Amino acid sequence: MAADDRFSEDHLRGPAGDAPAGVRNQIITGPVSDWATDFSHLEPEWAADPYRIQDDLRQRCPIAHTARFGGAWLPTRYEDVAAIAYDTGRFSSRSIILSNFRPPRELAPIGGSPPISSDPPFHHDARKLLLPAFTKAKIAEQEPGTRRFCHSLIDAFGERDVVDAATEYAQHIPIRVIADMLGFPPQDGPQFREFVEDLLEGINLPPDERIERVSRMWEYLLAQVHEHLDRPREDLTSYLINAELYGRKLEPAHVVGAMALLLIAGIDTSWSAIGTSLWHLAKTPSDRRRLAAEPRLLPTAIEEFLRAYAPVTMARLVKEDMHWHGVDMAADDWILLSFPAANRDPAQFDRPDEVVIDREVNRHAAFGLGIHRCLGSHLARMELRVALEVWLERIPEFSLAHPPAVTWAAGQIRGPRELPLRIC
Amino acid sequence: MKVRIDHERCQGHGRCYDLAPGLFGDDEEGYGMVLGDGTVPPDQEHAARLAVLNCPERAVELPGEA
Repeated sequence: MAADDRFSEDHLRGPAGDAPAGVRNQIITGPVSDWATDFSHLEPEWAADPYRIQDDLRQRCPIAHTARFGGAWLPTRYEDVAAIAYDTGRFSSRSIILSNFRPPRELAPIGGSPPISSDPPFHHDARKLLLPAFTKAKIAEQEPGTRRFCHSLIDAFGERDVVDAATEYAQHIPIRVIADMLGFPPQDGPQFREFVEDLLEGINLPPDERIERVSRMWEYLLAQVHEHLDRPREDLTSYLINAELYGRKLEPAHVVGAMALLLIAGIDTSWSAIGTSLWHLAKTPSDRRRLAAEPRLLPTAIEEFLRAYAPVTMARLVKEDMHWHGVDMAADDWILLSFPAANRDPAQFDRPDEVVIDREVNRHAAFGLGIHRCLGSHLARMELRVALEVWLERIPEFSLAHPPAVTWAAGQIRGPRELPLRIC
Repeated sequence: MKVRIDHERCQGHGRCYDLAPGLFGDDEEGYGMVLGDGTVPPDQEHAARLAVLNCPERAVELPGEA
């Protein structure tokens, strides 16, 4: 058999490669004048409390607009968010991170990181390759190691009274699990955090700097591919290298793009969900005591944390000019697809702004709706449950050490990035 | 009482097999499956209703029930 030369210099195009150019727009930053006509999810006011903004918009302007990012729409009603998630014919996923750069239309239906960036019909086949690795039973194999790792993180707190639950606990858990699943060295974790920040939080950086940062991740992933070509293993990287679609091995950009997706999508999403849940419990002693006393309620409470504090907002691109639900959308307008806003729509949920940890009926959309349902939802639920079980078992008493010191990530993934907790 | 899954709608969220593991399982890709013929024993009627009411895609049904 010939050597696998798909990943040699000659065959591989980088993320900027020789693909057709996309469209860049002027970068606009600074305070928002009116959230209905000038919204930005990158401003500090949004990061601090997006819910108040979204609740206000839902009442007075349920599909808000901004001229920033070259033009974008923000629907805040559940029914509109659901309609867009289901309508893959009119809304493309070819870029799911809203930025100042629109990738060329030729990138569809595959996109840069399949299957999250893919449209039908390619999407179905790319997703099918990955689904078996993320079933509930397959993910359960990761649970004992995850539990041991959570304990080791708490052991490392030592005798201190105050710890940062975001940087010393929540953050490390998904990084460790996904590094293990992909077969990357666990000591590379700090680099993954940088990749996440580069991709998801550096939206308004100058384009050349953004490209350079994304290239750093691409080079890292490529080095991992070569490492796995030399020494194949039982992990997702070797699986993707060997996987076949339509009778042939995957395009090299598909392999690396899917690795990027699995690495990035699994990290700050779960990190945010774990951190936000601990933040809620730290400031809500009645819920904390009840969960510490009734661990069997935890799965129900977790669904409520996912509803009320859904960490993930996605993006879509409008395919053609159209009049849609009362507004005039233009081809290539962005949609900021806010599952957090949908999850607080009073038309869908009773008492949407209250966290009701024994809410039995909870048809939330934290993991999306339709064909792009989060591939890692079973993994995320396992990580969140184990992280909270171990924390509550080891540290049943805790509170916010200094509420103003809590900081939140801006952008499409929301969670605490600094979370000092008093644990004595 | 019987449960069924609309496989056109199911996206594999897994709420049904989380909430009513006696009535639902999953296939090798994580999509929901009805165990047996879907008949709900009396002691699992509450779990069946929870599965219906928590499916994000509205794919779990109790035919004949409003």
